[in-house]
Amino acid sequence: MNALRRNVLKGAAGAGTVAVAVAAGLLKPTQALAAWNKDAFEAKNVGDAMKGLGVSGPADSKAITIKAPDIAENGAVVPVEVTSGIAGTTGITILAEKNASPLIADFRLSGGTQGFISTRIKMGQTSLVRAVVKAGGKSYTAAKEVKVTIGGCGG
Amino acid sequence: MKQQIIMKLLTGMAGLGIALGAATAHASPESDRQEFIKYYTSKYPNVKVEDYVYGALAFDADSKAQYDAIMEFPPFEGDIEKGRKMWETPFKNGKTYADCLPNGGKQIAGNYPMFDEAKGKVVTLQDAINDCRTANGEEAYKVNDMKTMGTLTAYMRTLSDGMLMNVKVESPKAMAAYEDGKKTFFSRKGQLNFACASCHVQNAGTRLRSEIISPAVGHAVHWPVFRGGDTLVTLQQRYDGCFKQVRAVPPAQGGAIMNNLEYFHSSLSNGMPMKASVFRK
Amino acid sequence: MAEPMRIRATMAGDVADVKVLMNHPMETGLRKDAKTGQLVPAYFIQEVTATINGATVLSADFGSGVSKNPYLGFKVKGPKKGDKVVVNWADNKGDKNSAETLIG
Repeated sequence: MNALRRNVLKGAAGAGTVAVAVAAGLLKPTQALAAWNKDAFEAKNVGDAMKGLGVSGPADSKAITIKAPDIAENGAVVPVEVTSGIAGTTGITILAEKNASPLIADFRLSGGTQGFISTRIKMGQTSLVRAVVKAGGKSYTAAKEVKVTIGGCGG
Repeated sequence: MKQQIIMKLLTGMAGLGIALGAATAHASPESDRQEFIKYYTSKYPNVKVEDYVYGALAFDADSKAQYDAIMEFPPFEGDIEKGRKMWETPFKNGKTYADCLPNGGKQIAGNYPMFDEAKGKVVTLQDAINDCRTANGEEAYKVNDMKTMGTLTAYMRTLSDGMLMNVKVESPKAMAAYEDGKKTFFSRKGQLNFACASCHVQNAGTRLRSEIISPAVGHAVHWPVFRGGDTLVTLQQRYDGCFKQVRAVPPAQGGAIMNNLEYFHSSLSNGMPMKASVFRK
Repeated sequence: MAEPMRIRATMAGDVADVKVLMNHPMETGLRKDAKTGQLVPAYFIQEVTATINGATVLSADFGSGVSKNPYLGFKVKGPKKGDKVVVNWADNKGDKNSAETLIG
């Protein structure tokens, strides 16, 4: 394991370590640190998921558009499109706030990839679908409520 | 007695000039179809008849937008692929479905159900597929088995995409089968005592709990469907579900009652384009 | 994973429009098997990466909240018709899958 990885992992218990490392130029944004961010994905609420992602205090932004239904036809397959009009978007994260585990997916964009992600998500119940956008070392957020009559998470 | 009950139901649908029984002079499948359309369009002048193929989605833009998003790259493409492999795999004797079905199975689904004069009964596309199987030494599929007949037709019916529904009712025997299907459609059934028409005519465009009810015109062209993007349902499987939902014992899929119902029901969508394997909630 | 991944990549002006349909049950671990009554174990794609002409353009972490047979659409400015798009995924059991296409 290389020294950088070991050192950052040592201090990785709390939020901000990854962000600090990125800001200090030690870590390229597209480098995956751990194989899969278990803490963030298994977090049971938005706050803990954000902590696990190293996101704190994202600013509300009207430049983020979330295209998602008002009422989901089926909570198992809810089409969601996030478009970020913020220059230099390098990351888009999608959460469904009231899901048992709110974090759905985390995207890191590089090269000429636009601030745009289209996917389909599961929602267990009516909730806000939240997008977090990383651009220029800062984070931004927007949310849209999607009503769910038939929950789609199974169980 | 049943006739009276049905007539009561019909008069409850103000303006639906449907006659029951082949005896009436002006009764014909085409005039029935026009009467249904007149009924729906007078209630919903702002919904285009050509959009009835989307069923409840024609009445709700938010739902239609989700359908469009999902249909752009359907999650069930893999299941349709499975059907394609089934379709293209030769029988043990080396022959294929394309060898026995008209036009190699392409652009034919809109002709079914059809009345087979020799057999004296209505024949569905699934029946034709099974005839092909048994003629070539294979066992017939159960028409209500989604893993076999369902999956095969999920692909096979796409070969008829774009074809206009073209159900023909020509002989007196065919007319009798058509009328039998019409009677099933308009007869109250089950503990809830609803007819197909109670929902899909009287209450088309309104809500049954949270669900918008679709009009009967435009129904039969878009099967099978993949519910939630992954649960395959054929048309007669849906009939089965409807019978159960009004708490009636469903007739056997592939039997005379269901086939005659499909015959009548499909002719209501004559002239509308077929599109198989679509998303529904 | 009976069916392979499908990728569609086309130029829309000067932007490559890439659409991917992955084949995976994406089990949350919360669903009970209808026949056995037992919970179906969590089984889902965790990592997805996409490259165009060898350069990484997208790298993603998925949770089981992504729908069954995951769909992903993204857009990249810069590539040209004929460039190679490669998408890879890895799931929580360590299985991997890869597919490629040329931008049309």
